Amino acid sequence: MSIFRILATKPWERNEASLGDLHGGGELSLPTQKIGLFVFLSVVTVLFGLIAAANVMRMKFGDWQPLTDPQMLWVNTGVLAFSSLALQWASVSARRQNLKGLKIGFFLGGVLAVAFLAGQILVWRNLIDSGHVVLGNSANGFFYMITAIHGLHLLGGLWAWGKSAVRIGRGVEIRELRLGVELCTLYWHFLLLVWLGMFALLLRT
Amino acid sequence: MAVAIVLVLLIVGSVIFNFLSPWWFTPIASNWGTIDTTLIITFIITGIAFVAISLFMAYSIYRFHHKEGRVAHYEPENNKLEWWLTILTTIGVVAMLAPGLVVWNDYITVPEGADEVEAVGKQWQWSFRFPGEDGKLGTTDIKFVSFDNPFGINPDDPNGQDDILISEPELHLPIDRPVKMLLRSYDVLHDFYVPQFRAKMDLVPGLITYFWFIPTRTGKFDLLCAELCGVGHYTMRGHVVVDEAEDFDEWLSSKPTYAQFLAAATAAPAMTGLATKGQEVAGAQGCLSCHTIDGTSGVGPTWKGLFGKEETLADGTTVRVDEAYLIESVSDPNAKLVEGFAPIMPPYELSDEDMAALIALIKSKSE
Amino acid sequence: MAYVAPAEVDDIELHDPQSFITKYIWSQDHKVIALQYAATAIGIGLVALVLSLLMRLQLGFPGTFSFIDPSSYYQFVTMHGMIMVIYLLTALFLGGFGNYLIPLMCGARDMVFPYVNMLSYWLYLVAVLVLVASFFVPGGPTGAGWTLYPPQVILQGTPGHDWGIILMLVSLIIFIVAFTMGGLNYVTTVLQARTRGMTLMRMPLSVWGIFMATILALLAFPALFVSAVMLLLDRTLGTSFFMPAIISMGETLDYGGGNPLLFQHLFWFFGHPEVYIVALPAFGIVSDLLSVHARKNIFGYRMMVWAIVAIGVLSFVVWAHHMYVSGMNPLFGFFFATTTLIIAVPTAIKVYNWVLTLWRGDIHLTVPMLFAIAFILTFVVGGLTGLFLGNVVVDVPLSDTYFVVAHFHMVMGVAPILVVFGAIYHWYPKITGRMLNDAMGKFHFWVTFLGTYAIYFPMHYLGFVGVPRRYYSIEGTDFIPASAVTLNQSITIAAFIVGVVQILFIYNLIWSYFKGKPSGPNPWKATSLEWQTPQTPPVHGNWGPNRPLVYRWAYDYSVPGAAQDYLPQTMSPDDPIVGGHLGRGDEKDHHS
Repeated sequence: MSIFRILATKPWERNEASLGDLHGGGELSLPTQKIGLFVFLSVVTVLFGLIAAANVMRMKFGDWQPLTDPQMLWVNTGVLAFSSLALQWASVSARRQNLKGLKIGFFLGGVLAVAFLAGQILVWRNLIDSGHVVLGNSANGFFYMITAIHGLHLLGGLWAWGKSAVRIGRGVEIRELRLGVELCTLYWHFLLLVWLGMFALLLRT
Repeated sequence: MAVAIVLVLLIVGSVIFNFLSPWWFTPIASNWGTIDTTLIITFIITGIAFVAISLFMAYSIYRFHHKEGRVAHYEPENNKLEWWLTILTTIGVVAMLAPGLVVWNDYITVPEGADEVEAVGKQWQWSFRFPGEDGKLGTTDIKFVSFDNPFGINPDDPNGQDDILISEPELHLPIDRPVKMLLRSYDVLHDFYVPQFRAKMDLVPGLITYFWFIPTRTGKFDLLCAELCGVGHYTMRGHVVVDEAEDFDEWLSSKPTYAQFLAAATAAPAMTGLATKGQEVAGAQGCLSCHTIDGTSGVGPTWKGLFGKEETLADGTTVRVDEAYLIESVSDPNAKLVEGFAPIMPPYELSDEDMAALIALIKSKSE
Repeated sequence: MAYVAPAEVDDIELHDPQSFITKYIWSQDHKVIALQYAATAIGIGLVALVLSLLMRLQLGFPGTFSFIDPSSYYQFVTMHGMIMVIYLLTALFLGGFGNYLIPLMCGARDMVFPYVNMLSYWLYLVAVLVLVASFFVPGGPTGAGWTLYPPQVILQGTPGHDWGIILMLVSLIIFIVAFTMGGLNYVTTVLQARTRGMTLMRMPLSVWGIFMATILALLAFPALFVSAVMLLLDRTLGTSFFMPAIISMGETLDYGGGNPLLFQHLFWFFGHPEVYIVALPAFGIVSDLLSVHARKNIFGYRMMVWAIVAIGVLSFVVWAHHMYVSGMNPLFGFFFATTTLIIAVPTAIKVYNWVLTLWRGDIHLTVPMLFAIAFILTFVVGGLTGLFLGNVVVDVPLSDTYFVVAHFHMVMGVAPILVVFGAIYHWYPKITGRMLNDAMGKFHFWVTFLGTYAIYFPMHYLGFVGVPRRYYSIEGTDFIPASAVTLNQSITIAAFIVGVVQILFIYNLIWSYFKGKPSGPNPWKATSLEWQTPQTPPVHGNWGPNRPLVYRWAYDYSVPGAAQDYLPQTMSPDDPIVGGHLGRGDEKDHHS
């Protein structure tokens, strides 16, 4: 039922009341955890949207010097994309009751995510070594802030990933693993998308 | 029941208070009577809404308070009534908004030929600059600011040489001429606010903001900073004096141009080595943003003639200014506060060397 | 249309408290978490109250109290504002009332993510402790005003620019993380964990208000998060996000190129929705108080829901009305003045419908009802003065004067607090099983209502005179008449009377817990679900073996033909008390 139809109902009227009595109490036919995740993802979307907006506004001021884009970021982007892909594989395997595929995909996804984070730290170190510190150039400031906040979100994801990994290790049944794997996959795809957006923004500056 | 009566008393009392209270707008001294008019329109519409809604509520409480056997009326909604109220409210809102937007359009449209005057804010004092003969203000940048160039005027800009500098916080303006105030800040946000002019605008470091008005009444008006700018915010005051044209010209001609200011500064007598170092210390520590060395008033006491002087303190006692007093006043400024000054100076920790240099500078200004 | 089964926390998974510690400290029960939130918020709120009184001492009797120097005055102002807006009102309405009421009013056993809910409280506590710690660091807490405008906030010349501001920003960041955890729960619980029959349009307006406010907060707090992080980097690492080239106190700083207005845009993109984050729960709760105690359905329920939604949406496109004289592009003024005045329309509709709920009601002047009535009057004053400040050009002479101070205290200080009091008197019996003492309650009401009116109504007129806000002292001006000092004195005296009477309120809370009259399960004869729990106070899991079934909206008061003047939401249409109304048998003759 569309939100407008819902808002137009008159709950005190008899026929509406009869319909209302049939209502199960939930609004969406999705698992609760997934809805929680969707709500969280909208918060994170706003967060990165605002950072991007601030970045664009700040670029307009006189002293802006564009960032020297480290080539290594392309490699990291690829690693993150493969990480996402691996989790997708795990998700599909879970749906097809393929435990082996699930295990390989899921662990590969996690390892690649860790590799991505390591790669980001390496980029940081190279940048700092070559003198691109936060002082003096706000483009650098934005770069460090964006990568840090994105990395922290991925780290949070890895914590959830770790919880699911323990359950897989304990040999929990595949039916019960599915939701956790799907949520991780969703979150990974989302963070990949955010990263692609942010990377495009950084390339533009 | 009591609550219905009290509500009526409150409403009537508020209306009476409005008409009898001695607190009302200052008499206007600018062209922005239209702002006052818009405000009065808003006041009348909202006032009627306030009285009508609250009296209706008080009556409802009086009329329908609980009595044995009373049954509330069952009415989930009344679309017709609600839409009428919505339309009525919308009309009221439009009646307030339309004149508001028209006047705002005037407010942001500076008339051709308005005189440009610059106000510069820094913690916690005002200074001003007029364009001089050529009618053009020289360009400025914060990187040009120095002891010899307190306004940061671009030395290579020919328009800047004849700019007239007003270093004390008193601005004179000629009556009945439109003024475009250009606003510039060195450090934090400030706001140029003269209650009688109605208009105001923030000073934003890194930007030049502006607003315009026409002074319509001669007199001396308080100038205040209206945007919190640190612990001395409330002391950041000044005056705007609106003069007849000839008085204004006379006042303006007594003020130095940038070229004259620069010449005077370079011609100043050389100081002893230690005092020169003291000047550097004073500049680096920012002492001179509050304490002047030429005897004019600042946020803090001037250093001219300070050493050896008998100062009256805030608690009524007196103290002779000697080295010990100066040292204490730097490290613990509020311990012995001079009468008439606000307790806003932060404590400083200076090396013995720097302190000695500073004292030498202050001594040299008392010879 | 497909109806969906309620998402229920399985009884097996429902965290079962065992020891004292898991029951009352590390509790995952939404009711205990609600009380923890409320107690912490009220505790820190009392600190903010004391700060405001210290501030009033200086304003009423300038120079008399030597321990209030300009630095500490600005610190009091700043911390008072920040605590009241964020740590008291936001936390109390959403963390306190939201936590307690959402599951009970929706018929859920608990929040859907109880563990995250518990974490939310403990992180909130950490945020509060970090905030309190800033009082004890060298230099004290920040004194930059609650808006924390750069560059001032991190430059010398502002108290607390060294450590205070860092702790302030860290505390805000923690608070936002904590709130997000709670907010995920509130939204998901309302969406998915309602009981059978509880359609969205059968929910009490309290839930609607809290639900919408939570959505606003989830979408607005990221703006504060971003600005706090960027400001923290400017302060600690020397980036120049907001910092232009600056000469501070004669010293040229290393900053350059940033723009202070960028911060203001981010801050108010959060700051304006924040007003409604506080106001919407108050709107919702007061609607329920009025309806219950006037024994009448809330007038125009649908319009009330639409207004809540409309206000929520509009609140994201009005933020720059806080910045009319900030030096931003002046053309923005046209847009933001228009949106701001448009938001007045749904707000006005809410006021009309509250008053029309009283009209032809059966008004019981209980203490919660008195507070609800006081709220309407206060909110009308505060709302109408908002039209002055929203109407761009009228704002110009009034901005940064005491008119603004009076306006926002009326509209988002006193008005929501009056609702908080009303709500506490209303729900205390459900929380404790005992009534709050009525005589103390009435005394508390009269002093608080009349006292706050005496504080803030005349204060508008100081604003008309042009007295600037955030002034430690207004001595030495020509345009402020001497009578303004007398007015300031009387305001201070009123503030102290109001402040002191809150002690009586706290005393009442404690006294009644032990000696209050036992209330029974439903002392106000209210319809909504929280009054229908099998035990009072409700036990863990709320509903015993079976969750309630809902047959009607929350406002069936004084229904014609019914045998009593309220029909609980759980009352089946077959119950003889209902007397045929909303019976389900005769569908045919109903086609209006």
